[in-house]
Amino acid sequence: MTWLFFWLFASLTVLSALGVIAMRRSVHAVFCLISAFINTAGLFILLGAEFVAMILVVVYVGAVTVLFLFVVMMLDTDKEDEKKKTSGFQKWLGISGGLFLMAEFALLLVFSFLSSSQSFKVQDPNVMTFFTVKDIGRVLYTDYFMPFQIAGLILLVAMFGAIVLTLHHRAGVKRQDAHSQLQRTRKNAIEICSVPFYEGLEPPSSLTQSTAEKGM
Amino acid sequence: MALTLGHYLVLSAVLFSIGIMGLLIRRQNIISLLLCIELLLLAVNINFVALSSYIGNLEGQIYTFFVLTVAAAEAAIGLALVVVYFRKRHTIALDDMTALKG
Repeated sequence: MTWLFFWLFASLTVLSALGVIAMRRSVHAVFCLISAFINTAGLFILLGAEFVAMILVVVYVGAVTVLFLFVVMMLDTDKEDEKKKTSGFQKWLGISGGLFLMAEFALLLVFSFLSSSQSFKVQDPNVMTFFTVKDIGRVLYTDYFMPFQIAGLILLVAMFGAIVLTLHHRAGVKRQDAHSQLQRTRKNAIEICSVPFYEGLEPPSSLTQSTAEKGM
Repeated sequence: MALTLGHYLVLSAVLFSIGIMGLLIRRQNIISLLLCIELLLLAVNINFVALSSYIGNLEGQIYTFFVLTVAAAEAAIGLALVVVYFRKRHTIALDDMTALKG
């Protein structure tokens, strides 16, 4: 029964991966990637790694690919996707390079199968040692404590980086400037002068400039 | 029909090759390249988990978490860069990125 599910999930994963590289529109490619991730999560469950499978679904499908979808939908690049096509030479170079790599891997695996004396059997699910979330936590928070912290730091830096990169102040938008507000004192904001009767005063030059800038 | 470790390794190799092929074929925009990089990391994760299950050692799954972390960070930063580039140039086509050629 297990092998039936293996072939189902494996073939769907490979088909979705081919879809990722074959789809012309980026949105379709992202949906194919989501399908590949979900089928790989099924494979992980077959391997007895349920927690990793759930993390894959939640983090990848729930966060990363949705981020991709947001960006693809915001940027609206499909028009230029239509007109830009890979040149034939590049395409054939890419396909032959990929097939060459695949053949290389296949040769490597076949030779390692033939030469090794051990049997390459994934353990029987009935005798397979199942790792629970508790086991994972025990290893992750003790032996791999420092890498775990560094992983958190990487995520923090990535978050800051993404915010700093995409934050931009549009010109011409009025916003509060707390610094200049706090710098305002009685001395530089108020001018006391005696007004001559029936003549008035010319407005001070600083006032006219600032009002002209604000467009009042 | 017995399921062996080789099945998973072959699947992972096929996925990796498809990812590399995509990196070479899909040259329209940067987002396609980021998608192909995600495929490569997925193949790596399958290798880690399959070998972890085969050896009966948990550490392969732990490394999968770190790969996931780095992949998520890479996707976030990469997409932020794509958004910034699009804002400046109004295109993310790879063929138009010739600023470094001078």
